[in-house]
Amino acid sequence: MYLLTMDWWLVLEKAILVAFIVTISLVIAMYTTYAERKVAAWLQDRRGPNRAGPFGLFQPLADGGKLFFKEEIIPVSSSRFLFILGPSLAMITALLTSAVIPWGGHLHLFNRDVSLQIADVNIGILYIFGVVSLGVYGIMIGGWASNNKFSLLAAIRGASQMISYELAMGLALIAVLMLTGSLQMSRIVGSQVEGSNYWNVILQPVGFIVFFVCALAECNRTPFDLAEAENELNFGYHQEYSSMKLGFYLFAEYINMFISSAVMSTLYFGGYDILPFVDETKWGLDPNLLSILGFAALMAKTFFFLFVFIWIRWTIPRFRYDQLMNLGWKRLIPLALVNMLITAALILWLKK
Amino acid sequence: MALTNRSIQVDRKPMTWLESIYLWNIVKGMAITFSHLFKRRPTISYPEQTRSFSKVFRGLHVLNRDEEGRERCTACGLCAVACPAEAITMEAAERLPGEEGLYREEKYAARYEINMLRCIFCGLCEEACPKDAIYLSQTFAPANYGRSGFIYKKNDLLIPNPLTEPEAYQKALGEKASKN
Repeated sequence: MYLLTMDWWLVLEKAILVAFIVTISLVIAMYTTYAERKVAAWLQDRRGPNRAGPFGLFQPLADGGKLFFKEEIIPVSSSRFLFILGPSLAMITALLTSAVIPWGGHLHLFNRDVSLQIADVNIGILYIFGVVSLGVYGIMIGGWASNNKFSLLAAIRGASQMISYELAMGLALIAVLMLTGSLQMSRIVGSQVEGSNYWNVILQPVGFIVFFVCALAECNRTPFDLAEAENELNFGYHQEYSSMKLGFYLFAEYINMFISSAVMSTLYFGGYDILPFVDETKWGLDPNLLSILGFAALMAKTFFFLFVFIWIRWTIPRFRYDQLMNLGWKRLIPLALVNMLITAALILWLKK
Repeated sequence: MALTNRSIQVDRKPMTWLESIYLWNIVKGMAITFSHLFKRRPTISYPEQTRSFSKVFRGLHVLNRDEEGRERCTACGLCAVACPAEAITMEAAERLPGEEGLYREEKYAARYEINMLRCIFCGLCEEACPKDAIYLSQTFAPANYGRSGFIYKKNDLLIPNPLTEPEAYQKALGEKASKN
């Protein structure tokens, strides 16, 4: 009887949404590799890939095909199970985060109100933190299982870096949570969307900068790519990997980039809010159209952040390890703490 | 001791707090890279676009013909003697009756080979030739899979016949046409 009373339409709706979001993140991650090479080329006065298809648009397909057909090497001295677990974990954790991000408002289809968020859990942002922290295991296990000094060094570097920067990230976030009063992603966005409310970045510029720097570090992007430091650690934790397992590691990095761009747009740039200071519901548009426009707006913000990620990568050299730790522990954490205290004081003062 | 007045003293002052969060310098760097988005790209997409060579470029050799399409070369061997890389070999033959339309003089080159792997494209053969029979064109020897492909035979070197293939002849002449 229980099965009959279940809302099967809800299951179907969520299944379609999950498939859609996962596909979108994979395709966007794929084309971020292309964008990375193109933007790198433009910043260096080159042309970038332009041979595979028009404007080189099939380049990611060619790269993916190449990775699939390359020989799969598992070193004899490696721990076989963990060696395979590493990239799988990296990929899974990268994709899991997309579940709690509100990708848009509501769609009204077939007499149903379809939310464009897979799971509106009330601890949304904590969930993201939890899953992102699990991402450390992908690196750590991969580096450990390779049974290689360089890989292990890189993995330890990556793990310690991610743990250090998570602190500052969390502290920067607390200020946002104090403003919103909720951990639920939909409410964080809602408080920015509603009426003509401010986007959080206007109220929290310092917090945003700290969060952004930490997001770079979490994604292991330059200037914080010490985990894969190709010129000192010989490609870091994925040195022993080949074929699609290597592909998964590289791919997971791009998915992480995409997701953290989406998280940043959601937390600080109003998520699916189309324009700041404007009440979109007064435009008199069809609510479905408005939701789709909102989704497009979120995507546009996300793409902008992806561009900034790439832009930074091709501008700034890698930090030395001590500089990285100094920046994390001695600059960002105090900065985030002060920001948090000032925000708290202001909130208390203004409420009275 | 300063050898030049261009040397700059390295500044080893400890960073100020603002410098130590790197933000301002990073923004400056990013502005520089961003400006490069709008710069002209110097790349020439090679197979589609080619760069024109200078007028005095010395490329692949061409064996010349006269206006009636007869080969000018008399196989005198002066080019082979002049060649510092010893890239040219040839075999002479005597013109038979009835071949006056093919060869200009009564002696001609039955075999004429230039090894492009040896050739240094100095142009001394062109200068040595008393009959204006060889010159260096504006093209270069394309890549090849084997060494034998780089030994150019007489057929590879001869210019198209101006009587039977006038367009190909004009094309092969290229810059040379205006020079004469």
